[in-house]
Amino acid sequence: MNDTAQIFEQGEYNFAYLDEQTKRMIRRAILKGIAIPGYQVPFASREMPMPYGWGTGGVQVTAAILGKDDCLKMIDQGSDDTTNAVSLRGFFEKTAGVRTTFETSEASVIQTRHRIPEKTLREDQIIVFQVPIPEPLRFLEPRETETRKMHALEDYGLMHVKLYEDIAKNGHIATTYAYPVKVNDRYVMDPSPTPKFDNPKIDQMAALQLYGAGREKRIYAIPPYTKVKSLDFEDYPFEVQKFDKPCGLCGAENVYLDEVILDDKGGRMFVCSDSDYCEERRADGHLGPMAADPAAHQFGATQAEETAR
Amino acid sequence: MYVAVKGGEKAIRNAHKLMAKRRRGDTSVPSLTLEQIAQQLSHAVARVMGEGSLYDEMLAALAIKQARGDLIEAAFLMRAYRTTLPRFGYSQPVDTAKMLVERRVSATYKDLPGGQVLGPTFDYSHRLLDFALAAEEDGLEKPVETASPEDASMPRVTDLLGDEGLMEPDPVTDEDAPVGDLTREPLSFPADRDLRLQNLARGDEGFLLALAYSTQRGYGRTHPFAGEIRYGEVEVEFFAEELGFAVTLGAIKVTECQMVNQFKGSAKTAPTFTRGYGLVFGQVERKAMSMAMVDRSMRWQELGEEQSAPAQDVEFVLSHSDNIQATGFVEHLKLPHYVDFQAELDLVRRMRGEWFEKRRQEEEEGDTAREAAE
Amino acid sequence: MSAAQQTAAAPLAAGFQDPVHDAQGCFRAIMNAMARPGTRQEISAGNLKPPAPLTQVAAAIALTLFDYDTPIWLDKPLMTSDAVKTFLRFHTGCPIVTEPVDAAFALVSAPVSMIPLASFNQGSAEYPDRSTTVILTGQDFSSHPAVTFSGPGIKDTVSFGSGPIPPVFWDQVIANNRQFPRGIDLVFAGQDALAALPRSTRILKAEV
Repeated sequence: MNDTAQIFEQGEYNFAYLDEQTKRMIRRAILKGIAIPGYQVPFASREMPMPYGWGTGGVQVTAAILGKDDCLKMIDQGSDDTTNAVSLRGFFEKTAGVRTTFETSEASVIQTRHRIPEKTLREDQIIVFQVPIPEPLRFLEPRETETRKMHALEDYGLMHVKLYEDIAKNGHIATTYAYPVKVNDRYVMDPSPTPKFDNPKIDQMAALQLYGAGREKRIYAIPPYTKVKSLDFEDYPFEVQKFDKPCGLCGAENVYLDEVILDDKGGRMFVCSDSDYCEERRADGHLGPMAADPAAHQFGATQAEETAR
Repeated sequence: MYVAVKGGEKAIRNAHKLMAKRRRGDTSVPSLTLEQIAQQLSHAVARVMGEGSLYDEMLAALAIKQARGDLIEAAFLMRAYRTTLPRFGYSQPVDTAKMLVERRVSATYKDLPGGQVLGPTFDYSHRLLDFALAAEEDGLEKPVETASPEDASMPRVTDLLGDEGLMEPDPVTDEDAPVGDLTREPLSFPADRDLRLQNLARGDEGFLLALAYSTQRGYGRTHPFAGEIRYGEVEVEFFAEELGFAVTLGAIKVTECQMVNQFKGSAKTAPTFTRGYGLVFGQVERKAMSMAMVDRSMRWQELGEEQSAPAQDVEFVLSHSDNIQATGFVEHLKLPHYVDFQAELDLVRRMRGEWFEKRRQEEEEGDTAREAAE
Repeated sequence: MSAAQQTAAAPLAAGFQDPVHDAQGCFRAIMNAMARPGTRQEISAGNLKPPAPLTQVAAAIALTLFDYDTPIWLDKPLMTSDAVKTFLRFHTGCPIVTEPVDAAFALVSAPVSMIPLASFNQGSAEYPDRSTTVILTGQDFSSHPAVTFSGPGIKDTVSFGSGPIPPVFWDQVIANNRQFPRGIDLVFAGQDALAALPRSTRILKAEV
């Protein structure tokens, strides 16, 4: 056991790290976020024991909502075993002592960076997104004073111009992740840098979605069953990327795939980005076209080892 | 070769162990004590207290030791600790006119009431490596005779100018008006001067230095004179509601810089000099001066000046001054981004496919056209 | 007010037994209520014995959300009770304000005679979050004519009734919610449950 673990056990820090006053402040911001879907509520984000940009917004939101009976799943890039997911999960195991899981269906709270699980979320689940830049208009207009006005006036012309320029230049909209959406026919929102593949999942989602941006000090939310429309044009409708192959390990189709380079001779494999989903399918006997390949087999085994812990 | 893309708990644990080992270095060399750091690296300690926004020399020394001398990392450790501490309220404003002064210089007067006190400074030293320090051993150092802090009355230069009406008056604020605090309310714009000064006081020394320097090079000139720089000890008082009077909590060392800047005036108001203000923990003069210059630059609107330079841009300056935020976000690029990258990879492949296809078609059309012409 | 003065008057009612987890449980109920307008969320506030006319559920909400950063407005029956004000101040440190427009939260113990919803802070177009959240206490969700809700948080529609409420209450709420994103949010505090109605909800009154 290291020193940090001892400090938490000695009760130097509160349950889930944050003090109660900070939790109250964050909780009030969450309530406003839910009441005004897609609107970015300013909140007095705290310094956390992990750096800004590494999930401090998500961690603060999770810490504010988490109870001792919750079961937490922590993912980064779709996977439970990437380094930062391991680190953040360890943080809550230490500070809150809550149960954690890799299984999407078992979790009551899921904190994520850049992906939404493939398995459909339920009404009794909450998904917390880590957000780097919450302002969808930021790269078109760097000034907060200006973007705030645009949201107030529902003036999203600039965003449409940008998307249209994409089409004029490239023949299609060249935004592949952090693809802007309009929430409840009012606010344009950044769904965080999830690939646009996941955008359809946030429309009418049964689970409550909370978004936390620590460095930028904003919280926003999408209540369950809320209309979320990816921005597009009548003649250029929104479309998600499609992979022409199934997952190499489990054979799943219509899921988001990571490209894994297997050797230095151009050998590569596409596997589920959602590692829990892939595991479960393989456990159920599904086999992908690459499952027998030795390099692929090794990759799958390493993953399983991490997962088994 | 197979490249592992996913790390795990074991990898993190091992990395932390290795880091602990590297931090300690060769165990045959004695470990640094916090006292040594606090005493002998006092400028580093002051910087970490200022940017970490917490005045505690021993904690800062610990942070520096833990961070292996990475001062931004150390400031970050201080901030993360500070945020867990309970808040009791706000202190009374410190009165720097009552400072127990160790150093006080003015560039605007040859001599002034209370005198110039050079005090401890690198100024006027020759920047030659002192190899005697390398040979220094415990117990062999020669005692250095020093003067004790000045307790003579030292009115502030800006007050002297103010008495003659030459300096714009300090803005009169309602004593009961709440003071802005960006650790409790997120920054929103326009930001008043209290918030701006708080932001600058916590801001990165290097960032403020570069901005201040840019104003000297013409990006928003403010014609500054170092009216006064003073360093020393001030008392911190807290008004205790239940007692009905202020009690002293302790003393802190601060550097205060008052810049005297270009005058303003109009048909209605007589010309006066204008102020820029800097106040930091410890002896961090470079930052106190930079802060005062950037503070003055950001007052362009109130003083009816034109805005043309980065140092005047309040939103730009305040949004990027915090090195804890900056380092976090820059360094977060080390985190895996393969999901987003995959999306981009996919798009670039598709666009390249389209590009080659288009070129092939054009070539074919060209060939057909040539054939037709032949 | 100091603790000594307090004991001289009347014993101060206790706050949460387990401040961390009781507040967390109560918050989750409020959050779920706000995320699913018109649904009843049960909360256990049975251990609280707040001074009347502050109810148990209202006290739990106060202990969960109020502190010295949230100015609170009280309706007349609450405002005239020193015991209520002392309870709130002691346990939460909240400032109590007299202008409804200054309040982050408003507690209403006698909804039938409450002031119009438009008197509270509606937030601004740029900062719609700076509005008042109005908490109606002593609510009963069963024996009152229902209205129909739709919008964010609601799968298709949900029917909701609560009382006591003032005569033209639903018309006021409809007008309030038409200003979206500005407007107040409502919390209904019942006997052992609460419900909420954010400004994003669309309301259909039953044909009379």
